[in-house]
Amino acid sequence: MKALKKTKEWLGKSEILLSLIALLLSLLVSSVVIIISGYSPFEAYGAMLKGAFGSNYYLAQTIGTAIPLIFSGLAMAIAMKVGIFNIGIEGQMIIGALPAALLGTYVTGLPAWLHLPLCILVGAIAGGLWAMIVAVLKNRLRINEVILTIMMNYVATYIVDYLVNYPFRAEGKIIRTEEIQPTAAMTTLVPHTRLYSGIFLALAAAGILWYVLKKTCFGYELRAVGSNPDAAETAGVNRKKYMLRAMFISGALAGIGGAGEVLGFYGYYISNMISGYGFDGIAIATMGRGNPFGTVLAALLFGVLRNGATGMNRSTSIPGEFIQVLQALVILFVSTPGIIRVVQKSWKRKRFAQRKEEVA
Amino acid sequence: MYAVEMRNITKRFHGTPANHHVNFCVKAGEIHSLLGENGAGKTTLMNILFGLYKADSGTIRIHEKETKIDSPMAAIQQGISMVHQHFMLVDSLTVAENIVLGHEPKKGIFFDREKAFEKITEIAEKYHFQIDAREQVGNLSVGVKQRVEILKALYHESSVLILDEPTAVLTPQEVDDLFRVLRDLKKDGKTIIIITHKLKETMSIADTITVLRKGETITTLPIGEVNEEKLAELMVGRLVSFTIDKKPLQSERPVKMKLSHITVSKGGKKSLKDVSLTIRGGEILGIAGVEGNGQTELIEVLTGLCARYEGTVIVGKEDVSRSNAKKMLDYVGHIPEDRGKRGFVKNYTNWENMILGYHTRPDYITKAGILKRKAIQDVTRKAIEEYDVRTDGIEQTTGSLSGGNQQKLIVGRVLMHHTGIVLAAQPTRGVDIGAIEYIHSQLVRLRDEGAAVILISADLDEIVKLSDEIAVLYEGSIVTRKSADAFTERSLGAYMLGHTRDEEVQA
Repeated sequence: MKALKKTKEWLGKSEILLSLIALLLSLLVSSVVIIISGYSPFEAYGAMLKGAFGSNYYLAQTIGTAIPLIFSGLAMAIAMKVGIFNIGIEGQMIIGALPAALLGTYVTGLPAWLHLPLCILVGAIAGGLWAMIVAVLKNRLRINEVILTIMMNYVATYIVDYLVNYPFRAEGKIIRTEEIQPTAAMTTLVPHTRLYSGIFLALAAAGILWYVLKKTCFGYELRAVGSNPDAAETAGVNRKKYMLRAMFISGALAGIGGAGEVLGFYGYYISNMISGYGFDGIAIATMGRGNPFGTVLAALLFGVLRNGATGMNRSTSIPGEFIQVLQALVILFVSTPGIIRVVQKSWKRKRFAQRKEEVA
Repeated sequence: MYAVEMRNITKRFHGTPANHHVNFCVKAGEIHSLLGENGAGKTTLMNILFGLYKADSGTIRIHEKETKIDSPMAAIQQGISMVHQHFMLVDSLTVAENIVLGHEPKKGIFFDREKAFEKITEIAEKYHFQIDAREQVGNLSVGVKQRVEILKALYHESSVLILDEPTAVLTPQEVDDLFRVLRDLKKDGKTIIIITHKLKETMSIADTITVLRKGETITTLPIGEVNEEKLAELMVGRLVSFTIDKKPLQSERPVKMKLSHITVSKGGKKSLKDVSLTIRGGEILGIAGVEGNGQTELIEVLTGLCARYEGTVIVGKEDVSRSNAKKMLDYVGHIPEDRGKRGFVKNYTNWENMILGYHTRPDYITKAGILKRKAIQDVTRKAIEEYDVRTDGIEQTTGSLSGGNQQKLIVGRVLMHHTGIVLAAQPTRGVDIGAIEYIHSQLVRLRDEGAAVILISADLDEIVKLSDEIAVLYEGSIVTRKSADAFTERSLGAYMLGHTRDEEVQA
C-alpha cells in the first residue's frame, strides 16, 4: 500500500504521468481514426505489438531502433535544459556519422580497443563542434537558434551528400562509403538485427547525463541558466559559456548516435541513413520531460512504434501509416500539456465530488 | 444608497478559496479603500467586480439592481471601470487614441480622429486634468499615464472607478496630484474604490475602509474609527510594531566600499553620471529616487553585472573595478530588486535556491565539483528556521512560496553568506506587512553588527525609517547626500523630482 502511494507520488511529481496520459489519449484517438477507415483497432494494435515484441528477433529490432533515438533524445534534452531549442540534431548526427565512417575505413592497423573508441570520439567531436557553431552565433549575434539549426541541417545534409557522392563513394550502385575495418566495428548483439553494443553506450550516456545534471555543480549551473538566465547571471554564472558547453554536449551526443549507426549497424555511411532520428529526438525528449531516464523510455516507445508499423504492413492489410498518425498524436498531446491537464482535472474533480458524496 | 453591493462572494482557485463569503459594500459617492495584505484576495474580488473572473457563488448588485457581470465589457456598460496596476496603454498612440480605443467616434466607416481629440480635451478640461490629447503616450511620465487611464474611465462615463494600487509607482508629489483628482471626482458624484496596502495613504484619502484577510472580510468601518496601528492590526491579525529599534550610530564606522566617478553609458545615453559614494560599516545608506533614474545601473555596477563603466570601485583596500558578477559576490551580498527575475530559480527547490550564487564555496561542493547535498540541505533547514521562511520543507520549489517567503529566503541567503557589505534593492517590494517588519529588523541587525548596508528603494517610508544617511539619485546623478534627519518627506520628494536648489525644495 505504501509502495503504491510512493509510486503515485513519484508519478505525479515527475510528470511522467502526463506522458502516459498523452500516450493513452493518442491510442484512443487513433483507434477512432482506424475504425472510421474501416479497420479494427484491435487487429491493428495487435499487429503493432507483434511487430515490436513478437519474437526475439523483433524485440532486438525494437531495442536496436531505440539506440540512435536515445542519443538524439538525450541531445535534445540537454539542449532544452540550457534553454536552447536544438532542431539541428539531425544534421549533427549526419556530421558525426561521416567522419566516423571515414576514420573507420581509411585508418588501418590500429587495435580494436583504440580504433573503435577513436571513431566514436571523432563522431562526438564533429557533432559537438557543428552544434557549437549555433551557440557561438547565438551568443555573439543573437541569432535565433531555431532558424539557425534548421538551416544547419540542410548545410550538413548537402555537404555530406556531396562527400559521399563524389570523393568517398564506394563502387557500386548504392551511394555509400567503403566498408569500415573490422577493428572499428561495434559488436552486433543479436545476429541480423539493429541491436548492437551501442545500446550500452546509450544507457551509460543517459546515466551519466542524469548524474551530471542532478548532482554536480556543472549541472546545477546549467539548469539555472536554462530556467532563469537572469538569476544565473546574478549568481555569477557565465551563461554564454554554458550555452557553448551544453550545445557541444548536445551535438556530441547526436554525433555519437550517428557514428553508432555506422559502426554498429551499417558498416559504412549510406545516404539518408539518419532518416528522421534527429527530429524524433525532439518528441522523445519532450515526452521524457527532459529527464534522461524518461527519455530512454520514450525512445524505446518510439522504437516500438517504428517497428510496429513495419509489422502492421507485413502481417495485415492495415497500412502502417496509421502508426504515423499515432506517433503524430503522441507528439501533439505531449507538447500540449494543457489538454492533458484538463483531462486530469476533470478526473480529479469527479473523484473529489465522489468523495464528497461519500462523506455526506 | 449603495453603488456596489457584493454579497457572499466565494471564488476558489484549484480548490483553495481566494475569496470566502466576502461581503463588500460601497456607498455611492464615497472613496472606499479596500485593504489587505498580498494574497488577501483584494485583487480577486475586484477582478470579479470588473468581470475578469466569475465568482463561484454570491451576488452582485450595482446601484441597487442585481446584475451579472461576465466580462469587462459588461462591467463598463454597468458603469464600472478599472485602472490596473500595470497600465493598458499603447505607447505609439496619442492620448486621445488610447482613450477611445475600442469605442471610437466614427465618420462613416472611418475613425473620426478630430472628434476624438475634441471629446477628450473637453473631458480633461471639465476635471482640470492638464493633459494634451494629441501627445504620444510613450512620451508621458508614469503619473500622467495614470491620468490617461482615469480619463478612459471618464470617457466611458463610468460612475464607479476601481484603482488597483494606484500609488505604487508615484512620487509623493504625484500622489498628492492623484488624490486631488480623486477628490474632484468624488465631488462630481463618482464612487471610487482604491485597492491598497499603504496605510498612510488610506488614512488621508478614504472615507470608508474594508479590510480583507486570507480571503475573508474582517470589517468595514468609517475612517474616523481607525488609525494606522489599528488598520495594520486588522490586516495582519496581530499587533504590528511600527517603530524600529536602532542602536545609536557607532562612533567608529570604517569605510567599507568606495565608488569614485562612476559613469555608465547605455545606448548613447548616460544613465549614471559621475557618481561617487562612500559606504561605511555600521550604517544604512539609503538611495532614494524615482525609479529609472539610475538605480538599476548602480546596482549593476555594485554587483558586477555591468562591467562597462568608467570610474573605480574599491572594497577595503582592493581595487575591484570591472570585476565580474562572480567575483563581486565575494564582496557584496545582493538582494535583487526584482526577485522573480534575478533572485531565484522558480523550479528549483528551496535548498537549491539557498546556495544560488554561493554554490561554488567549498562548504557546498567537493573538489571534483559534486554538490554536497547533505551539507546544503542542513544549512537550508537551519536558514528556513532562522529566517522564518514558511514552507513545506527544503524540497518544496521556491516558486510555489508566497512572495514574502520567497523574499525571506533570499534575504536569509544573503545574510548567511555576506562578508560585510549588503546591497538591498527594493527588499520589501510586494511583500506583506509581517515580512516587511521582519526584513527591516534583519537589515537593522546587520547594521548594528557593523556591516555596511546599501538600501535602494522606491518606498520613501522605508528609506526614511531605516537609513542613517540618504543620497538621492536623479537622472543618473547624486543630487544630495545628507543625514537622514536632515530630510523631511516633502523635501526628499522634491529632490527626487530634480529640484536641487534649496528654495525649490522648500517651496
